[in-house]
Amino acid sequence: MTTDSPPTELRLVVDLNRCQSYGQCVYAAPAVFRFHGEEALEYDYAPDPGRRREVERAAAACPVQAIGLGRATEPAPSAGEGAR
Amino acid sequence: MTSPERIVVVGASLAGLRAAEALRDEGFAGELTLIGDELYAPYDRPPLSKAVLSGRLTTEHTVLPRLRNIDARWLLGTAAAGLDLGERRVLLDGGRQVPFDRLLVATGTRARSWPAEAGGALHGVHTLRTRDDADRLRGELAAGPRRVLVIGAGFTGGEVASVCRDLGLAVTVTQRSGAPLGSALGGVIGRAALRWYHDAEVDLRLNTTVRALEGDGHGRLRRAVLSDGTVLEAEVAVVAAGALANTEWLTGSGLAADPRGLVCDGVCRALAVDGTPVADVFAAGDVARWPHPLYPGQLLRLDHWDNAVAQARTAAHNMVQAPSDHRTHRPLPAFWSNQFGINLKCVGLPALADQVVVTQGSPEGRCFVAAYGRQGRLIAAVAVDSPRVLDGYAALIEAGAPFPPVLNATDGPEDLNPLDATDEPGGRPTTPVPAGRR
Repeated sequence: MTTDSPPTELRLVVDLNRCQSYGQCVYAAPAVFRFHGEEALEYDYAPDPGRRREVERAAAACPVQAIGLGRATEPAPSAGEGAR
Repeated sequence: MTSPERIVVVGASLAGLRAAEALRDEGFAGELTLIGDELYAPYDRPPLSKAVLSGRLTTEHTVLPRLRNIDARWLLGTAAAGLDLGERRVLLDGGRQVPFDRLLVATGTRARSWPAEAGGALHGVHTLRTRDDADRLRGELAAGPRRVLVIGAGFTGGEVASVCRDLGLAVTVTQRSGAPLGSALGGVIGRAALRWYHDAEVDLRLNTTVRALEGDGHGRLRRAVLSDGTVLEAEVAVVAAGALANTEWLTGSGLAADPRGLVCDGVCRALAVDGTPVADVFAAGDVARWPHPLYPGQLLRLDHWDNAVAQARTAAHNMVQAPSDHRTHRPLPAFWSNQFGINLKCVGLPALADQVVVTQGSPEGRCFVAAYGRQGRLIAAVAVDSPRVLDGYAALIEAGAPFPPVLNATDGPEDLNPLDATDEPGGRPTTPVPAGRR
């Protein structure tokens, strides 16, 4: 139940209600965040783990703190037990 | 109320996942089970109708981050088939049973499908709600169909049509009413949306429905018969005609559930058919219908991302805290859409308004804001390509500010011209209110 060690996978989500399209994330991690059109932010929820530093920088730089990072270290759930 | 040892969450999407995390945050240390009928770990749905359909993002890259460890048992690819309230167990497809002390219903909604007898079973006829839906539709769009038919010009319909045009595909959209987005956002946005559709060269058929979809000898969609008798050739159709709550599995359970949702009270407790709260059963997310203090006299069901997250947290809190510590779920609704290169953001519920007025910018330009009133109070605002202005409107709505709102915005119009909110394009403004006399 502890989340002390950093997760191996890199996962993120942006709260696009909170997002105000300042674009700081696009500067900090251009391979992960981009604008489609003038104000529509698009992003990769599961970038390569090697991009952790820049994604963390993007999350820190967001003026409205709309970027959430995965913190779980337990394995991702999968359909195994009990699947149809 | 004893503290629960076993909590079951039915529904493993955004609301179910965030509720499970919140239960652990609240200190719940017992056995936690998540049941989801899809095969995938929780993923985010908003990009499916945008970046995924356009080919800029694959569905593997829409997986939601897990915000903490939850030490849960996951039953994915497993549909709940029934609920035995007396014995407190969820019945699974295939006959297994999962006992609970406390249950969260977060089974969400599904896209309303096209009737099979009117062509709904033809290859090429799609709805868009799940990862698998998005992968199938993406595959067909990538193959370059000669024309795509989109049935319904609401949020999903507009987003799909917009992607089709980005991909260079010919697209026809049918809309039952006189403007896109009209039933949700009213005439001002509807009029602006007419221009977005026009500029994107979408073949928009207003006040038109689809009578039938017809196929060839191989069961493949070939054409649609419209309500005006027009026969339209199309190889792909996307049915974007609203959503139904996933409540079939609750039939006969004694809960107040139907295709409109599962009724719950202000603290997210599910109600029985007689209207009394059922001990130990809660609801969150798209499936829940509840009385919101900001909008008295009705039950709301919000299929908004924001609401799923907030209601999951509130329900989780209330599931493990004493009733005296229960919180009321009373969020200010918020949602957004991206279509035709335009970003739409909304706070409040425009659909409940009786009047609407442009308060900043101009609908003829690119960026503007429309404010919505009901019985003289501000209840909602929509910002078009102006994502930074909405916090101010949100504060005014929560404060019960009068409508039309007094903003003194430097980009506001000289006179505010409130319109009947339900007016379709072509409607006439009511008497202008000079800005100086408000």
